[in-house]
Amino acid sequence: MSNLKYRFLLIAALLAASVWALFPRTVVERVKRNGVFVTDTVRRVPLKRGLDLQGGMHLTLEVDEAKGAVQNKGEALDRAIRVVRNRIDELGVAEPIVQKVGDDRIIVELPGVDDPERAQAVVERAAFLEFQITDESQALERSFARLDPIAARILGRAPAAAALGAAAAPAGDTARTPGGLGGLLTTAKDSAARAGGDSAKAVGDTGRKLAADSPKADTAAIKPVQKGVFSSAVQQGGGVPGQYFVAEKDYARLATLLDSAEFQAAMPPGKVLRWGVDTVTLGGNLYRTLYVLDSRPIMTGERLQDAKPQTDPTEGNLVQFSLDREGGRRFRSETAKHIGDFMAVVLDERVITAPRIQSAIGSSGQITLGGGTLQDAQDLAIVLRAGALPVPLKVSETREIGASLGQDSIQKGITAMAIAVLLIVVIMVGYYKFSGFLAVAALTLNLVFTLAILAGFNATLTLPGLAGLVLTLGIAVDANVLIFERIREELDRGKQVRLAVDEGFRHAMSAIVDTSVATILSGAVLYQYGTGPVRGFAVTLVAGIAASLFAAIFVTRTFFLLWLQRSPRTQTALSI
Amino acid sequence: MLRIFHNTAFDFIKWWRTAAIATIAFIVLGLGSFAVTGGINYSIEFTGGTLQQLQFQQPPDVGRIRTTLDAAGIKGAEIQQYGGPTEFTVRAQDAAQVREQGANAASVGRRIEGALTQAFGANAFRVVRTEAVGPRVGAELRRGAIIAVLLGSLITLIYLAVRFEWRFGLAAVLATGHDIFVTLAFIKLMHLEVSLTIVAAILTLLGYSMNDTIIIFDRVREDLRQKRKEPLRATLNRAINETLPRSILTHATTLAATLALLFFAGEVIRPFAWVMAFGVIVATFSSVYVAGPLLLWIERKWPRRIDAAPSRPAARPRVEDEAVVAR
Repeated sequence: MSNLKYRFLLIAALLAASVWALFPRTVVERVKRNGVFVTDTVRRVPLKRGLDLQGGMHLTLEVDEAKGAVQNKGEALDRAIRVVRNRIDELGVAEPIVQKVGDDRIIVELPGVDDPERAQAVVERAAFLEFQITDESQALERSFARLDPIAARILGRAPAAAALGAAAAPAGDTARTPGGLGGLLTTAKDSAARAGGDSAKAVGDTGRKLAADSPKADTAAIKPVQKGVFSSAVQQGGGVPGQYFVAEKDYARLATLLDSAEFQAAMPPGKVLRWGVDTVTLGGNLYRTLYVLDSRPIMTGERLQDAKPQTDPTEGNLVQFSLDREGGRRFRSETAKHIGDFMAVVLDERVITAPRIQSAIGSSGQITLGGGTLQDAQDLAIVLRAGALPVPLKVSETREIGASLGQDSIQKGITAMAIAVLLIVVIMVGYYKFSGFLAVAALTLNLVFTLAILAGFNATLTLPGLAGLVLTLGIAVDANVLIFERIREELDRGKQVRLAVDEGFRHAMSAIVDTSVATILSGAVLYQYGTGPVRGFAVTLVAGIAASLFAAIFVTRTFFLLWLQRSPRTQTALSI
Repeated sequence: MLRIFHNTAFDFIKWWRTAAIATIAFIVLGLGSFAVTGGINYSIEFTGGTLQQLQFQQPPDVGRIRTTLDAAGIKGAEIQQYGGPTEFTVRAQDAAQVREQGANAASVGRRIEGALTQAFGANAFRVVRTEAVGPRVGAELRRGAIIAVLLGSLITLIYLAVRFEWRFGLAAVLATGHDIFVTLAFIKLMHLEVSLTIVAAILTLLGYSMNDTIIIFDRVREDLRQKRKEPLRATLNRAINETLPRSILTHATTLAATLALLFFAGEVIRPFAWVMAFGVIVATFSSVYVAGPLLLWIERKWPRRIDAAPSRPAARPRVEDEAVVAR
């Protein structure tokens, strides 16, 4: 009798623990209210939903070695993870996940993100900020004689090799049209450049719509400098020394040329060529800007302490930045040396703007975005604040799932489960009568225990996991079937009811243990080699089998013991 | 009591030749279809590529979708209806597109979306799901899946060899091998998309089939301990008959759960449910007509000593059994 009492106490305790684990509780998390993310407390069931059930975005990032091999990937990735985490925190996603996987990848999961493209851009942006003085010494003109023959040789080579080169364009350029020199590079998000005129405010083309604020270009001064292959494409521009214009139709060719290592080696020492982000319309034609800059930057983004987006009535949207004390000091001394020169603000090797240095700039300054939107300024501020990525990253896998699909999947999963349970109940009770009813009761407990295990281990429920749950219900009944069939056989052999029940449980035990362990083993292997959704399946399967072991052996036995004790009719005939 | 197939004494093993021919024919049919309809329908998880699920306001003209994508440089995309007449999936799995995704996995997806927006207008459709896998990740997932299936089978079989005698273990090994081939033939004939979820289904199927074989072998082991003077074939038939009610019931409940998934759990789970439904059939078949005859054949080649019972660790004294036998 006391044995029975303890058994019931144990079951009741476990049931109470499970219900507590699953009870809706207040969770501190970030929630969207009126379009803004706030930290708030929310009441919900503590079961984590996978991306395929709640919608969101999954990114796998790898180190991009297109521009050069990276040593010590693992350590660089650790630093990159910190930067990525900071950026994502600012994006305002409820429960983001940023993790290193193995030695060479980062996984980013953003549940419930509603603009996946923007999120990806923020995450993978290199955000390498440099301030470089433009060239005043006419270095490019003096090198034309040397550069032109090299250009002729490189551009004269097979077109396919030149056009399909490593993607050297910084983030934002879509794939080049392959095969063919002189292909026009058009980006899907090219905005029409405003007609040239007195104000040469141009609009950017990288899809982020960052614009530059170039000083008035003297249209009459646009003329090709010389007749060489390279020099004929480069035209001297207006008032900014070191600024050149390249016709849009020549852009693709020249971009390939500038990327080649041989051409870069032949550049005048201490100078680099950088494209601007803008296209300008002058004299009715589209041009891209090209700058010759001192290769040594007078300041980099490492010294940046803060960046804030702002809207100025006269200058439009801009980012106000401030440097730390050491950076401010150095910036002041450097800019003091270059008063009157033009300083290019270079982000990810593209020149955003090249204002003139009027006076020594101290620890705070601003980057004007011209025609950019406030969100562009916000995104730029985010990446500048979080810091530059120590290594360039590229996206090697993405998964985006709409929230409506997630909701739909949950509903379908629950429907399937309900129908499965109904069918199982009909079968079990119809075949085993009251014993079947006891088995179904144990099955209900099985379900509760499984969900509690998932919640307790903070496991994620995915769509295959939901399917696994339904499957486990069907398979878990097997244990009870084994026991009941064995009891029937023992009754056939003429044993007393009490003895038959004991025998039934005992003999079935070996088979139940063997089959359960075999399933758990294959579940463990699946967990090891699976990803996301499949892992969810493996976890649910193992949790379900473990719970069913307990439910079938312990709980059903307890029910039987109680039933045999209470009901006198069972002394002679068992309802099984 | 309601009893199904109770106290039967059907000679199952008699039909093993017919069964062997049937299963070999099925496997040959499945593998032969490789020549006719090409290779396995791998999902983008394994080949790399991009998959987009689109929901249109009105049922679109598939031909128009195809020409739009071709014009945008995305050749050879597979466009399929997915569920209702307004839901479609676009799959770009060509080698060229996979290579393009080497630099940025999301690039092809954005291009598809851009091209369709231009052709149909932004309000005509919605992208509900995008999956893009670069070439390296795809190759790794493929390798991992194969290892998972092999390792999973190996581990369960080692466990079997420990719990049962080696003859039983070997028969179960070979039966599992048969299960793998027959399931692959099924997947090929049904042209199911082989994704990671299907791999999970295959592993579950193998486990479920193993369960069924274990049940029968467990009963054989127990019957042999009775030391009846009958050949192994008779004991095997007896074991199958004795476990028949249990098999019918368990398969009924599993099939109920699987059919519920098949009809109500949506498109994504459907291939998984198909494999599991097939698995219920395979499990029964291979336990009786593959593992059984194999056990007999192994026994014939390497016979046991007649008076030695198969080993079973930690057996409790069976006092009640002998009391029943003596009665």
